[in-house]
Amino acid sequence: MIYDFLNDLTGSPFIAGTITALLPLFAFILPFALFAVLLERKVAGHMQDRLGPMRVGYHGILQTVADIIKLIQKEDIIARNNDKLLFNIAPVLTFAGSYAAFAAIPFSSVFLGANIDLGIFYIIAVTGLVVAGILMAGWASNNKYSLLGAMRSAAQIISYEIPTILVVLSVVMLTGTMSLYDLSESQSSYFWNWYLLGGPEFEIQKFLLIPFMLIGFLIIYISTLAEVNRTPFDIPEAESELVSGYHTEYSGMKFAMFFLAEYANMFAVSAILVALFLGGYQSPFGYLGNLLNINWLIPLEQFFWFTFKGIFFVFVQMWLRWTLPRLRVDQLMAASWKYLIPIAFFNLLIIGIISIL
Amino acid sequence: MSVRTEEMVLNMGPQHPSTHGVLRLELTLDGEIITKVVPHIGYLHRCFEKHCEVMSYPQVIPYTDRMDYLAAMGNELGYVIGVEKLLRIQVPERVEYIRVIMAELQRIASHLVAIGTYGADIGAFTPFLYCFRDRERILNLFEITCGARLLYNYIWVGGLSHDLHPDFVRLTKEFIKEFKPNLRELNNLLTYNKIFIDRTANVGILPLETAINFGVTGPMLRASGLKWDLRKDDTYSVYNKFDFDIPIGEGKMGTVGDSWDRYYVRVLEMEESLKIIEQAIETLPDGDVTSAIPKKIKPPVGHVYSRVENPRGELGYFIISDGSTSPFRVKVRAPSFVNLQIMDELCRGHLVADVIAILGSVDIVLGEVDR
Repeated sequence: MIYDFLNDLTGSPFIAGTITALLPLFAFILPFALFAVLLERKVAGHMQDRLGPMRVGYHGILQTVADIIKLIQKEDIIARNNDKLLFNIAPVLTFAGSYAAFAAIPFSSVFLGANIDLGIFYIIAVTGLVVAGILMAGWASNNKYSLLGAMRSAAQIISYEIPTILVVLSVVMLTGTMSLYDLSESQSSYFWNWYLLGGPEFEIQKFLLIPFMLIGFLIIYISTLAEVNRTPFDIPEAESELVSGYHTEYSGMKFAMFFLAEYANMFAVSAILVALFLGGYQSPFGYLGNLLNINWLIPLEQFFWFTFKGIFFVFVQMWLRWTLPRLRVDQLMAASWKYLIPIAFFNLLIIGIISIL
Repeated sequence: MSVRTEEMVLNMGPQHPSTHGVLRLELTLDGEIITKVVPHIGYLHRCFEKHCEVMSYPQVIPYTDRMDYLAAMGNELGYVIGVEKLLRIQVPERVEYIRVIMAELQRIASHLVAIGTYGADIGAFTPFLYCFRDRERILNLFEITCGARLLYNYIWVGGLSHDLHPDFVRLTKEFIKEFKPNLRELNNLLTYNKIFIDRTANVGILPLETAINFGVTGPMLRASGLKWDLRKDDTYSVYNKFDFDIPIGEGKMGTVGDSWDRYYVRVLEMEESLKIIEQAIETLPDGDVTSAIPKKIKPPVGHVYSRVENPRGELGYFIISDGSTSPFRVKVRAPSFVNLQIMDELCRGHLVADVIAILGSVDIVLGEVDR
């Protein structure tokens, strides 16, 4: 989308590609991470009967900026027995994985890095890189806690990818497209067209689908929670057991990379949920732009709705984090293999049967 | 080619967020399964017992504060009762009542830290801060009474350092009124949380037989199903005048004596402590709290063993007097020290994550383990 536009404008695929690649980082991920870290601390604070950061700026709004300045100043510590090459690659790889996912996320009908036909498939594949980064970090740190954390993380992310994919598959099967743009476009304008509520086609099947779509949504929500290592599945970085898991040994900007990747990932998985089940960038109540006949307003509204829905799910993730305790590693595996995967399979089967009715 | 596996030795602590101080656990792991736990203690050793030999009897009291620093009132009470037995003096009724109120408030404060940090160990951070919010109010009560929030030097031989603040009774009543709904909220948030139960029920089961053999006391012993509480079974001060129950572990969510039981016994004990405080405040006698303090403390030759039910178990002082102004010997039986020995027994066969859950439920204070 943006790439095509810029390509026409500048006539150079290289410039167009560079700008398209940098746009989500500067226009979205960094501001979002700044906002999300502050949001997390404020949510935590208010849930715990305290105020959260209050000193830097009005009600602490500049706290994250101050934190980042602090992190940039910090010494980049590499211990003597670390595997230096892997130790340096790991945070970059982790961040690249979650960053690359943003290329295919449709923020609005015009703000979409690349309209890939295999959009959802691409995102799932590319976020798989994160596992490699985490494993590298754990191994290269030469720290037993980090290694345990990385091992747990790899096991966890891989086992929870299966239910995620199964649910994604059921939606893909229903719609016949893997492009997130097409998926979002098909759920146009009103909330009863969302796939969470059975999809846009107004037939008897729609009503049969609703309960199974809800089940599917719950499964994918739980498993994406595990994929981004959030409570109750934050076992890899369980601070009370493994200190900080795989990023214990990291300091300064490398630590910030892991941190940024975590928050970028939180939004990326929420974006997948939104695009698949909640109408993507479509407004639930129609557009103000249509009403007032202002065409340029519509993409802005779409951007607003997409980020609103995405941040809402990020908020729910935070809410859960400050409410629930943490599962144990074997219980976590049991939850995926014994419950989520079988249920997801049956759900897939039933949705398949309903869709051919 | 045959595949060789070997056990990994993992050092947990002394700088680890969940060892509740400077405890070092040497874990031997087979994968993530524990095969052996060796606790290494002594990082906080301050020669308490040796210090006592060169100090006068009242000078020991501030040092007892620093043993179990989460339950300083209880420590003072145990020591003071011992010295009073040596001196054979009677203290006024009001003093005894205030001592009981303080000890029970301290028990609630201590249990709040225990269950709060236990929640944090399991991964629920919010209950931890709720607990500290309530504990803060108790500390404020102590502050208006004696000026200190953690280490009080309040209970003296034969009396107390200060009488109660005029506002104390009103503020305590307010605290009790507001604390009861908070306790219910805590139960809803943490105690009956499915994940919390999954993490703690049937983990680290301590059979009664083993508990008695290891000399385990306090909430740990009661969680294993024995109704043994020194406040009732070897009553001291004025505890026989109050009506309260002794909660024991019932295996409500799993087996009797599991970590959840140990946690829940503490929750129930807080309610019982509230009952005691309410009764004591209602019937608080008048009088002078400093009248019975002896001018010169010089007990006759002899020895005494005094014990009190501290939040963590039986705290015993064996005091030998040689007739001078300082004790010849003060030996402390610290409940945390005794309870900590059970770690290896409880942890074997569990996962690394369970070590945290078990250690949290044993609830140790390193100041007392190392003294």
